[in-house]
Amino acid sequence: MIQFACSSYKLGESALVTTMSLLRLHRIAKTYDGGLAAIRRLDLDVERGEFISLIGPSGCGKSTALRIIAGLMAPSEGTVGFPEGRPEIGFVFQEPTLMPWRDALSNTALPLSLRGVPGPEAQRRAREALRRVGLAGFEHSYPRALSGGMKMRVSIARALASTPRLLLMDEPFAALDELTRQQLNDDLLQLWREDGLTVIFVTHSVFESTYLSQKVVVMTPRPGRIFDEIRLAAPVARDETYRLSAEFSADATKVSQALKLAMQEGKESTRHNRNIAMA
Amino acid sequence: MSMEEPANKFEASRHARRQLRGADLAKPLVPLAVGMIVLALWQGLTQYYHVSPIVLPSPLAIAHALVTHWRQLLFASWTTLSITLAAFVLAVIGGVALAVLFSLSKLLEHALYPYAIVLQVTPVIAIAPIITIWIGYDRIDLVLLVLAWIVAFFPILANTTLGLRSADHNLIDLMRLYGANRWQILTRLQLPTALPFLVSAMKVSGGLALIGTVVAEFAAGTGTATGLAWTITLATRNLQMAEAFAALVLLSLLGIALFFSLSALEWLLLRRWHESALKKIQ
Repeated sequence: MIQFACSSYKLGESALVTTMSLLRLHRIAKTYDGGLAAIRRLDLDVERGEFISLIGPSGCGKSTALRIIAGLMAPSEGTVGFPEGRPEIGFVFQEPTLMPWRDALSNTALPLSLRGVPGPEAQRRAREALRRVGLAGFEHSYPRALSGGMKMRVSIARALASTPRLLLMDEPFAALDELTRQQLNDDLLQLWREDGLTVIFVTHSVFESTYLSQKVVVMTPRPGRIFDEIRLAAPVARDETYRLSAEFSADATKVSQALKLAMQEGKESTRHNRNIAMA
Repeated sequence: MSMEEPANKFEASRHARRQLRGADLAKPLVPLAVGMIVLALWQGLTQYYHVSPIVLPSPLAIAHALVTHWRQLLFASWTTLSITLAAFVLAVIGGVALAVLFSLSKLLEHALYPYAIVLQVTPVIAIAPIITIWIGYDRIDLVLLVLAWIVAFFPILANTTLGLRSADHNLIDLMRLYGANRWQILTRLQLPTALPFLVSAMKVSGGLALIGTVVAEFAAGTGTATGLAWTITLATRNLQMAEAFAALVLLSLLGIALFFSLSALEWLLLRRWHESALKKIQ
C-alpha cells in the first residue's frame, strides 16, 4: 500500500515536469454497464516517442484502457487528454482482424480508403507499408494463404499505412510461436525507431515487455490500477545479444517481481474489501 | 518467420489435386452407372411382368411421352421455371433488403421479425386457398408467385440477418477508429461478411421456391397458368401415367439445374477467399 502511494506521488510529480507528453490519462475509471469494474484508477503520462508496455494479469483492464485511449469506449470517470491535439492513432489487435475477402494490399489500404485518399495514392502508400513489414511480393495474397505471423504483419502494415503518431497494440503477438514473436518484436522496434512512433503495448509477457519498452507499467488484478512504473535503462538498439545479457535479465527480474507483488496486492485488496463487506 | 509457408500450402494443395485427378474423373461416372442399371432393371422388369402402364410406365414409355407431348411439357416447364425464378429473385431482394433494415434498426427487427416467423411456420398449402380468393382465379400466375415467395423468403431473411450480425467486432471498432460511417461499415464489412450466409441461404431458398411453386400449383389449381405440377394432376386424373412421369422427370431436372446454378454462383463469389472454397481443393 505504501509503495503504491509513493509511486502515484512520483507520477503526479513527473506529470508536472513533463512538457512533451502526447497523452495524459487523468483518473480514468471504467465500470461496465453490467456493474463489472474493469479499471479502478489510471493516471498515466505518455511522452512523445516513448515505448510503453502495460503488463498485468488477464482481465486487469489493459485492453479496456487501450480502447478508452483510442476513443472507442468512454471512461466512466476521468479524462483522456492529448496536450498536442489528438494524434493519428493506429490500432493492432490480438487477432490480425483482416477482411478475408480483400487481399493484403487492399486490407492495408483500408484506413486510407476510409479517409478518402484517392485510389492510386492509397495503393502506393499501402504497398510501401507492406514493404516495410517485409511483405513485398505478397500484395495480392489473400489472408487465408498467409501464415499467422504474416497476417499479423499485414495488420501492422494496415496500422502504419495511416502514418500514425500513436500506435496502440493489444497483445498483438500473443498467439504466435516464439520464433515468429521474437522476429516481430525486433521488426517492431525497428519501425518504432525509424518513425519516432509512440507505442503503447499491452502484453502479459514479462520478457516481451522488458525487451520492447522503455517503461513498463505494471497493473493490479481487476479492477486494475497502476501498481508500479518501471523505467528501463535498456539501450535503444536491442538485439539477440541484449536478450541474453545480464542487464536484460536484471530488468526482467525487476518487472517480474513487481508483477508478483501487484498480484498479491490485488488479492489482499479483494480480501480487504470482502472484510469490509462482512463487517 | 518463414516466408515459404504459403508456398508450401499451395504446393500441398496442388499435390493433393494431382492425386485426386484420377478419382475425380471416375467420380461422376459412379452415380451415372447406378442410374443406368436401375433404368435397365426398371425397363426389363416392367416388360417381363407386363406391368400395366397405369401402375408403372416403363422408362421407354416415359421417354415416348416426353417426345410426343414436348410442346405442352416445354410450356409447362417454362411456366413453373419462370414463376420459381421470379419468386426466388424477389425473395432474395426482399430478404436482403429487410435484413439490412433490421441491422440498421433494432426496433424494426424487434417489431417485424416475429411476423416473418409466423409467415414461415404457417404451411403454405393452408394459405393457398385464401391467397387464391384474394388475388383471383384470373391471375393464378400471381397467386403462385406470392405463395412461392412466402416459402423462399424466410431462409434469405434469417441467414442474411445472422450474417450481417456476424461482422468482426474488432473490425467494426477499427473502421470507426478510421472514421467510417454507418454506410461504409455496412457496405465494406457487414455485407461481405453476410455473403457466404446469403449464398448458402440461396441454395436452400432456390429449392424451396420450386417446391413452393409446385405446392401452390396443386393447391390453387389452374386458371391462367399451367405448370408441371398441374400437368401431373391432370395426367394422373386421366390415368396418363407416362405423361405424369415425364412431367416429374422435368421437375427433377429443373430442381437439379437450379441447384447446380446456385452452387456455381457460390463458387464464383467465394472461391477467392472463403474457407469453404479452399476445403473443396483439399
